[in-house]
Amino acid sequence: MCFVGPSGCGKTTLLRIVAGLETPSEGQVYLGERDLTHVPVHRRDVGMVFQSYALFPHLSVAENVAYGLRIRGVPRRQRLERAQELLDLVKLPDVGAKRVSQLSGGMRQRVAMARALALDPALFLLDEPLSALDAKLREGMQVELRRLQRRVGVTTIIVTHDQEEAMTMADLVVVMGDNRVQQVGPPLEIYRRPVNRFVAGFVGSNNFLPARVVSAGEVEVAGVRAPLARDAARVAPGSSVTVAVRPENLRLRPRAPAGAALQGSVVFVRDLGRVVETRVRVHDLELIVSGHGGYAEGDGVWVELPDADLVALES
Amino acid sequence: MRLPLLQRNGRQPSRRGGGPWPHVLLAWPTLALTVLFLVPLGIVTALGFFRRIPAGFFEVGFVLDNYARALDAFHLERLWVSVTLALAATLITLLLAVPFTFLLTRRPRRSQVPYLVLVLASLSLSEVIVGFAWSLLLSRTSGISNLLVMAGLMEAPVAWSPGLWAVILAFVFVALPLAILSLYPTFSRLDQELPEAAGTMGAAPLVGFVTVVLPLVRRAVAATAALVFIFVLGAYVIPQTLGRPAHWTIPVHITDQAIMKNHLPLAASLAVVLLVVSSLIAVAIVLLGSGRLARAEPAGRAP
Repeated sequence: MCFVGPSGCGKTTLLRIVAGLETPSEGQVYLGERDLTHVPVHRRDVGMVFQSYALFPHLSVAENVAYGLRIRGVPRRQRLERAQELLDLVKLPDVGAKRVSQLSGGMRQRVAMARALALDPALFLLDEPLSALDAKLREGMQVELRRLQRRVGVTTIIVTHDQEEAMTMADLVVVMGDNRVQQVGPPLEIYRRPVNRFVAGFVGSNNFLPARVVSAGEVEVAGVRAPLARDAARVAPGSSVTVAVRPENLRLRPRAPAGAALQGSVVFVRDLGRVVETRVRVHDLELIVSGHGGYAEGDGVWVELPDADLVALES
Repeated sequence: MRLPLLQRNGRQPSRRGGGPWPHVLLAWPTLALTVLFLVPLGIVTALGFFRRIPAGFFEVGFVLDNYARALDAFHLERLWVSVTLALAATLITLLLAVPFTFLLTRRPRRSQVPYLVLVLASLSLSEVIVGFAWSLLLSRTSGISNLLVMAGLMEAPVAWSPGLWAVILAFVFVALPLAILSLYPTFSRLDQELPEAAGTMGAAPLVGFVTVVLPLVRRAVAATAALVFIFVLGAYVIPQTLGRPAHWTIPVHITDQAIMKNHLPLAASLAVVLLVVSSLIAVAIVLLGSGRLARAEPAGRAP
């Protein structure tokens, strides 16, 4: 599960409440059937990776990983064996004797994960685990972290401000903003069917169009009728709504197509190599269309609206 | 372009510290402090060897009598009392200052300020004022016990001063703000998430404090202990005003010899002995804190 949202939206606080590092002013924390609200952190059976990793600088890497076992009174030999096992798991078999200060950022990140998993926690919590890594390393770690989590099979909560990270690593995404939960769902559902403008704008890029609901399942955008996504939010006919549509769901046509389309002219072309982003002015709106391009600034074009991917947003 | 230059003089060009001016500025206070420390120390050490003239003052000479007397059974016993008193006061001060500073630095910055201001305000009081103030507060006629009698908590007012605990209390009172001030920077730099991480791995707060926080602040605690120890060991107004003769420390006897008995050579030799002993103990405390005296112990010992 992943909590995602802009910084300052309360996601880290929520994670700290789950961990027991902070007390909620109201509400309860349950793990399965067990009420954890008033259980102190050291009895909660959680493993946590902190944003700063919080590795202990006075201990070696192996001693860091084995710290929880030491607190439990596990004999030295056993706990160092377990530490080695975990370091193998995170693919750092040879660093046990090193000091934390001798490791790179990416290595520290893995050590922090190994340490958090050492006690086989019931819950694995990660607070912005990849934010301190550079972009390239981060992408690799997203996949690796996901694999590790599947192998260990522990319920995991990740906090991140990076929506791509959330989409890669979670079965269930909780989008947070303005100190409340905006939407909960699987990554694709969040992407395809955002419930409100906040979610639609935060996850990926989106075009927002003012529209009027004509009938259930049909809206009118800039004088053109277009079908709504079937399972999108229900809205009363006659009311005004905002409709979101992904840039990759729009198509550019040189001539008027058979389906719903808006006429406009190209105002800017941004070639990103893999994809071309074309900005088209339609009346007083500017739409972003991503696709193969082939148009130049000033060209007159038709923007074809999709059959099933227009999403009406809750106001 | 810079590389050949770099190789030639083997030093990295640095924007800071260029030219002789910083050295001139740094040399002045350093020189002044060194000279003003070494010259009086030389004089005092030499004075210890001078001959006392009972009717008058002293004359230049080389006798070992003064140092012999400074190391006789009486003065060694006084030295023992002084050192144990100072160590006890240091220990109590640290037991109060370490948790206080730890808890204080866990607070948000803004809410630390009033605490710091109030704690440090007491630094403006000199040892003399503190000594006499406590002798009043602990006295039978006008002390705190009268308030307790008025509140119905005690039957009759008592004199808590002079006494051993009065001396230790005043020592701790003057040393506490000093200790907090000395511990504060290290504690406030300590990553708040470290004890929290210990907590997520099953360490109760006290266990986390002992296994994670203390090892990281050990050097600062030892340095503070040395500072407090030397400071307390040098105090003479407090033991004199709040202690019985049995609690008079070497500094009290130095004052007594120098001012009351006009025996400057003995006072000087006592001062040298005290300086040597206190320096040795302070160095031992710092070494203990750096772990150099405890290297044999395995690092991953179970609690």
